[in-house]
Amino acid sequence: MKNDVKAFWTLMLIIATLWIGGCEAPSFIKAAQFEETDRIVLTFAGPVDPAWAEDRDHFTVNEKPDPDILLDIASVRLSPDQSRLTLTLADPINQNQPHQVVVKEIVSEGRNMGTQAVTVSKPYFGYLISILIGALLIQNFVFSKYLGLCVFFGTSQKKSTAVGMGITFTFVIVFASLMSWFLYQFVLKPYRLDYLQIIVFIGLVSLTVQAVDTVLRKINPALFKAFGVYLVLVIANCIVIAVPLILADNEYNMIESLMLALGAGLGFLLALFLMSSVRERLDFANVPTSYRGLPIAFIVAGLFALSFMGFSGMSIF
Amino acid sequence: MAATTKTNMQLVVNGLLNENPIFRLALSMCPAVGISTTVANGLLLGVAVLFVQVFSSCTIALIKDHIHQRIRIPTYTLTIATWVTVIDLVLAAYLPVAYKAMGIFVRLIVAFAIITMRLEVFACRNTVTASFWDGIGMGFGFMFGMVTLGAVREVLGMGTLLGYDVLGFRPMLFFVLPAAGFFLVGFMMAMFNYVETLYNRRAKRGS
Repeated sequence: MKNDVKAFWTLMLIIATLWIGGCEAPSFIKAAQFEETDRIVLTFAGPVDPAWAEDRDHFTVNEKPDPDILLDIASVRLSPDQSRLTLTLADPINQNQPHQVVVKEIVSEGRNMGTQAVTVSKPYFGYLISILIGALLIQNFVFSKYLGLCVFFGTSQKKSTAVGMGITFTFVIVFASLMSWFLYQFVLKPYRLDYLQIIVFIGLVSLTVQAVDTVLRKINPALFKAFGVYLVLVIANCIVIAVPLILADNEYNMIESLMLALGAGLGFLLALFLMSSVRERLDFANVPTSYRGLPIAFIVAGLFALSFMGFSGMSIF
Repeated sequence: MAATTKTNMQLVVNGLLNENPIFRLALSMCPAVGISTTVANGLLLGVAVLFVQVFSSCTIALIKDHIHQRIRIPTYTLTIATWVTVIDLVLAAYLPVAYKAMGIFVRLIVAFAIITMRLEVFACRNTVTASFWDGIGMGFGFMFGMVTLGAVREVLGMGTLLGYDVLGFRPMLFFVLPAAGFFLVGFMMAMFNYVETLYNRRAKRGS
């Protein structure tokens, strides 16, 4: 019992450390938010030079995933106290996408504050939920991104197996993603080792699985008995390596990473559960001989994928 | 399993047909469903897998005597990851457009079950030459599967083949949708099964 408590506090400590580490460096741009349908409002820490603000070339706006496509800025307006700046764009903004605003050579009270970039996104909580729901339903890793299929078809024959695999997988992916996020942000990126990401992430995932295996065996043997067999299979699942790669590509921060990993895990659990429910019934169906086993499972998965397409384009917040 | 007695040609054919990674072993399904929308995509990923499979097989066959039994799986994984990094960087540098179209799948070759499985059941027990040919067979088998799927989907979905217009119209746009990948793989597997039962029946009648 005492060990459990100690393990819990150690975990909390690690999470707290990560949390503080995840905070961003102070910047001259205090806040950036969307306003109405076509405006971005930037708030500066101090007054900026009106002459500098008049030049439209000092600002570029783009959707975060497409840094090459710059959006047209129709007008730039500075508030009377010179610390709020409104950028009006030529077209309405797709506010579901985070946008990046680069402000070049900010001039404030005669001093050059350098070039700064800021990300504008919708209210943060809503954004987090939309990442979670996005990974869970709209971009479900199994039915919309077609990852992790080997394990998906391998363990979806019985409901109990499916649920066991899903839960184990969710735990492992959350741990592995957070660890690889940490390693990427604080080791690989600062030392420009990001070309090593594949090797490091796959090694890290194997280590996490091994660690969970060892810890679970000691702390909770009953749980280990129930879920231990699925642990080995987790490594063979490509979602578990895809999520760290996606996190690294998109430069998510820690909480966003947690949400994506959770969404991916729960989405896999959902997919497994749905699939196993159908396959248990398929056992009693009269399937043509050539289609028995995997072929019919693929066709069922295709139907699921079709129905999951109904979620596409949906936005919740 | 002892060292293989098959000739090099038999090893290649084995990978192409008898143990085709996609339709027979049902391994590495993710890319087969995910990016087999055009022949070009299938071909490119096929080349990447061929490269990784051949080089990892050879590497493991070379150093198999020095790998301790208990750490063999991590060794395989790291070997594959190294070769995947190589092909990933090469493709990103020389074919940036096609590389972008395949998205994350090139880097995910590291998690493809087929490669690890060939190292485990073949390369760690056989000579470098045999492993090389086995890798060639498996790689081409994978490429063959991807290209077949890609061809069917491209012709039926877009009416084109390798980007050239062959039909002049789009018969079933449905096949471009990713969901169709599941259906098509299902149909193809069923077809392979059917052909196999026919073949076995004929063989029985013949004997």
